Amino acid sequence: MEEKQRIALALKRKRFFLENPIVIVDYDVGNILSVSKALSYLGYHHIVSSKPEDIQRASGLVLPGIGAFYEAMRNLKSRELCSVIKEEVLNKNKPLLGICVGMQILSDKGFENGEYDGLALIPGNVRRIPEQEGFRVPHVGWNTLEIISKDPLFSLIDDYALDDDKKEELVNHFYFDHSYYFECDDKYVLAYCNYGQKLAVAVRFDNIFGVQFHPEKSQKNGLKLFRSFFDFVMNHFGSLNNSDVTDGLQEAKRC
Amino acid sequence: MLGTRLIACLVVKNGIAVQSIGFSKYLPVCRVEIAVEYLSRWGIDEIVIVDIDASRAGRSFDLEMAQAAAGAGFVPLTLGGGIKSVAEIRMLLKQGADKICLNNSARLNPGLISEAAKVFGSQCIVVSIDATFVDGEYKVYDYSLGREIETNVLDFAKECEKLGAGEIFLNSVANDGLKQGFDLDLINLVCKAVSIPVIVIGGAGHPSHFLDVLKQAKASGVAAGNYFHFFEHSVIATKNYLRKNLAVKDLVDPNIKGKESIIRPNSYVDYKGISFDEMGRPAKKDEDFLESQRFEFHPEEII
Repeated sequence: MEEKQRIALALKRKRFFLENPIVIVDYDVGNILSVSKALSYLGYHHIVSSKPEDIQRASGLVLPGIGAFYEAMRNLKSRELCSVIKEEVLNKNKPLLGICVGMQILSDKGFENGEYDGLALIPGNVRRIPEQEGFRVPHVGWNTLEIISKDPLFSLIDDYALDDDKKEELVNHFYFDHSYYFECDDKYVLAYCNYGQKLAVAVRFDNIFGVQFHPEKSQKNGLKLFRSFFDFVMNHFGSLNNSDVTDGLQEAKRC
Repeated sequence: MLGTRLIACLVVKNGIAVQSIGFSKYLPVCRVEIAVEYLSRWGIDEIVIVDIDASRAGRSFDLEMAQAAAGAGFVPLTLGGGIKSVAEIRMLLKQGADKICLNNSARLNPGLISEAAKVFGSQCIVVSIDATFVDGEYKVYDYSLGREIETNVLDFAKECEKLGAGEIFLNSVANDGLKQGFDLDLINLVCKAVSIPVIVIGGAGHPSHFLDVLKQAKASGVAAGNYFHFFEHSVIATKNYLRKNLAVKDLVDPNIKGKESIIRPNSYVDYKGISFDEMGRPAKKDEDFLESQRFEFHPEEII
């Protein structure tokens, strides 16, 4: 991308998210600060909050998470956020990105230490990864993805790079740390990873997204995924038309 | 394919990262967040930070340090040292930790393992075991007492798994800081005893030591404390050494069409086409090559 266009786009992003902030839902499970740091690094204005009024004026929502299914749902319920999130996502069509347990609770039911209801935003169940020879559970570490649909989350991710012997080598690594996986219909899956069996690790249902891995901990690949998602959020609102880019270019010249 | 992780362990004493030799001698390295920043830039797969003062001083892991470390790079962080309660774990996770490492409290209060695993999930709870070879068996070493206790390492590891631990962080006390290689017998015994991932540490001094573990043991992660502080770009150089010296069969997964390495490649800086000296460090290239590189500009990737 040309330097000028890049600056224009950066300015456009900045203006858009200043008016329509991203909200990281604070429901007391895990990695809120890390997600917030990643967004700051990419230059996004965002709010960490559990207040319904903040969620209502958000352009996009992020549900971060480290924790158990039941605990995550209980925290959402005790803050009375379930209905607010459902309203914003289903009726107002706001994009949502669930990370790790934040993705798992998008399902209908979770079977971690019992059986619990999820938010029921993407049809599916959360089950324990079956143990097999050579595949220890929990699944921890950097795994590669089999990307089914690049658009929109993986649009910036390179699948292959040339290695020393000039052969193509898979490089789309992400950091995983989980014992349970999202079991759903293939039509919702954006990417699988291979761990004894194919696990759905990135899912989408219209404007609702979930990723099992931790983009906030996956170095450059993770940052690229955030960039793609928030560009999607921006385009989802008012499509990025030419006049906006020209506006941005004008502004870039003034700076 | 899930790669084998290369993990850096930062031992923290008096608020700074140190090199530890035999659990008794310590040499200062740098501030923790600086170490996290350079290791993250060099492409480390995970960082474990252990505050060795915390337990002895009766306090928990320093929250400010946790926050500073988490802000220094986008890399998975495991924090350990003095953690005694679910509330403390919750605070540390909020500051940016991904996993929590329990050592003393796992021994003294095993109930904490299951309690924490219930709230945060097993994947979040790592139990650190220091092992020492005494009278023909591996026993658990209590660093706060400075001697071994009457618990067999294998029994203890199995019990931790049963209680809900998600990973074992296995340290060999005798090999710590000696740069003579890992204790492969110990690693194999523990890997066979449990079905959760095992991270091993203690004794790395040369990239070939990592290679030994990759070839001869089933560890999920290989960690080193002092080693990564020895020379510039140590992570990148080590990864390239391993990628070069692993046999092709170790590198290829037949289920996937492209080539795949069990060592995650670095995306930005690399030492492709480099040779290594006898210490395992990148050897100097010839003068002509260096001259040709002098005015070459390598821009950093913009996301």
